[in-house]
Amino acid sequence: MTTNHILTVENLTTRFQTPDGEVEAVNNVNFHIDPGETLGVVGESGSGKTQIFLSLMGLLAKNGASTGSVRYKDKEILNLQPRELNKIRGVSMSMIFQDPMTSLNPFLKISRQMTEVLVEHRGMSESDALARAITMLDRVGIPGAAQRVHMYPHEFSGGMRQRVMIAMALLCDPEVLIADEPTTALDVTVQAQILDLLRDLQTDFNTATVMITHDLGVVAGLCDRVMVMYGGRVVETGSVRDIYYDSHHPYTEGLLKSMPRIDRADEESLFAIPGQPPNLQNLPKGCAYQERCEYVFDRCCAERPLLREFGNGRASACFREDDK
Amino acid sequence: MSVMNKSAKKDASPILSVRDLKVHFPIPSKGLFAPDRQLKAVDGVNFDLYPGETLGVVGESGCGKSTLGRAILQLIPPTDGQVAWLGKNIVGAPHRDMQPLRRDLQIIFQDPLASLNPRMTIGEIIAEPLVTHKPELGKEEIKARVKRMMARVGLLPQMINRYPHEFSGGQCQRIGIARAMILEPKLIVCDEPVSALDVSIQAQIVNLLQELQREFDLSLIFISHDLSIVRHICHRIMVLYLGNVAELADRDSIYAAPRHPYTKALISAVPIPDPEIERNKERIVLTGDLPSPLSPPSGCVFRTRCPFAKDKCAQEPPVLERVSDSQEVACHFHDSI
Ligand SMILES: Nc1ncnc2c1ncn2[C@@H]1O[C@H](COP(=O)(O)OP(=O)(O)OP(=O)(O)O)[C@@H](O)[C@H]1O
Ligand SMILES: Nc1ncnc2c1ncn2[C@@H]1O[C@H](COP(=O)(O)OP(=O)(O)OP(=O)(O)O)[C@@H](O)[C@H]1O
Ligand code: SF4
Ligand code: SF4
Ligand SMILES: [Mg+2]
Ligand SMILES: [Mg+2]
Repeated sequence: MTTNHILTVENLTTRFQTPDGEVEAVNNVNFHIDPGETLGVVGESGSGKTQIFLSLMGLLAKNGASTGSVRYKDKEILNLQPRELNKIRGVSMSMIFQDPMTSLNPFLKISRQMTEVLVEHRGMSESDALARAITMLDRVGIPGAAQRVHMYPHEFSGGMRQRVMIAMALLCDPEVLIADEPTTALDVTVQAQILDLLRDLQTDFNTATVMITHDLGVVAGLCDRVMVMYGGRVVETGSVRDIYYDSHHPYTEGLLKSMPRIDRADEESLFAIPGQPPNLQNLPKGCAYQERCEYVFDRCCAERPLLREFGNGRASACFREDDK
Repeated sequence: MSVMNKSAKKDASPILSVRDLKVHFPIPSKGLFAPDRQLKAVDGVNFDLYPGETLGVVGESGCGKSTLGRAILQLIPPTDGQVAWLGKNIVGAPHRDMQPLRRDLQIIFQDPLASLNPRMTIGEIIAEPLVTHKPELGKEEIKARVKRMMARVGLLPQMINRYPHEFSGGQCQRIGIARAMILEPKLIVCDEPVSALDVSIQAQIVNLLQELQREFDLSLIFISHDLSIVRHICHRIMVLYLGNVAELADRDSIYAAPRHPYTKALISAVPIPDPEIERNKERIVLTGDLPSPLSPPSGCVFRTRCPFAKDKCAQEPPVLERVSDSQEVACHFHDSI
């Protein structure tokens, strides 16, 4: 089958070795993304969202290892040598990290941090690289970019720093942009500016974007497709409309119902999913959601539900579907 | 719930009255002989709070929400103004007068784990206020009360001897709530109590706070940057901007018809988890960042980002004006915009 997927992930599994045993952070995850498309990745804290993308960027912590396959266009990139990976990483595929300070060096001026990759990977001269850096800072809405490019990270406000990170991720016109909670630490008015910026970039450059977030409102406004994670596994995928208006998995349903909404005055108490998220070190036999699921029945505790497709790119991992 | 509270509020007298409250932090200047500068974190806040009422305090990071909450509880000494608790001003009250009031005034924090002493068992953590304020109670009685409160907030009482690190974020927040509730206070300042929690756990904690409020006729000051949760839990909302109140109104008024340009922008920026609505709604996108609180704009503090700013806005600070029974706004042009 020929596709124009720019990124294809198959059977990705990532495990960490810890003194207390193995942690299965990512389990048998499959997805793909096309140019110009935005994929939303949602799920509770610890459900494996970040580790999927650190795995495919080759940035896992030392105690972690991945198996499976990740193809950028037709090229297998999982577990590639750093030297090979660096030709793609930060060039064709960039990531905006959850913690801004992971990708910004506090001791180096922004100019230095931005020009380095261009000189190294694009063979640009220092002065061309600087001009490009200023253009990108300008593009993400940093006023006075020509002066500010010479400042240190701590001299920027939180929102500005986030924009610097986006500018850095976009320096080499990546075809895939992975944004890990890029607006979570920001105020809503600044978040709105950044989301507008991401939307514009998508229209202008046809960038394939992955948006990792816990904010279902952000996903509703930005994404084409959604992948819902629970306990290290994908439990549901579908178009944004299918997920929001016709969710099939009980966790997705619960998550959507438990969001208080600014456009509604509900007098009753909120719907709350009972219990706690599962411990990845010690997942129950059967469905990881069984202890919190209102529809749980015998089979859920004995067998693990696999992701089952039912057309239109929709899939859900739940036995309840079998009876529908 | 809110209907009941609104009617109750009319005949009751306020439990807390805050008048012209200011907290200015001195910031050492760089020059050797230059005078210290003042960071006006809270710059003249007024409001009343009634029994059983929840007041939401919202605004961007650094606008003074936490400072206001702490200054009300006298955990930070106010620079100026009054805080009347049950009719009596407590600003500058000596320690010996404050001590008995602490029983009625509690606080819970954003970071559940960091706010709990890691070397104490959760039983000891929850019991601590009882041991301090009710030393006459016997050991058995204290233990019984702690277990009762644990059960009430949804913690298994047999976990009494466990340590905080053995609990999840949501459970730690329940421990913080149990500790705040153990003396059956009249007011709890909740400083971003659910911000660090997962969506599915947030709803559990919000519901718990609402139940406790009903059961104990608690008043809450609910500090948050999440305007969706605030709409759900609060009866009245105060919008802060650089230490100043931009708008103060009943929940229904402020969400249905915000009057201050900042409130309008803030509400319109909150993403709605519904693709059709979110993609088609009207949004007011503000430009620029929050100005430095060390050199706030002259006149109206919001004018550098306000799409309606005129000359007058740079010259005169607007005062909070009552525009209806249930709504107060600080904007020179609230009538025309
Ligand atoms: N180096 C490591 N060693 C052991 N376990 C790890 C390591 N790094 C991550 N994990 C575990 O992997 C799981 C998945 O983590 P991940 O960072 O992907 O979560 P997430 O979904 O991004 O959560 P959040 O919303 O909090 O960012 C977590 O349970 C985490 O504790
Ligand atoms: N002890 C202090 N000394 C000097 N400045 C302070 C002090 N505490 C707070 N500030 C400043 O006062 C202002 C208000 O801070 P505050 O913590 O009240 O904001 P906030 O609204 O709670 O923000 P956030 O949403 O980030 O918690 C900020 O500019 C802050 O830097
Ligand atoms: S498989 Fe069973 S427990 Fe799991 S989500 Fe479906 S109904 Fe619930
Ligand atoms: S007073 Fe002026 S600057 Fe301030 S909010 Fe009103 S119109 Fe805008
Ligand atoms: Mg993450
Ligand atoms: Mg605060």
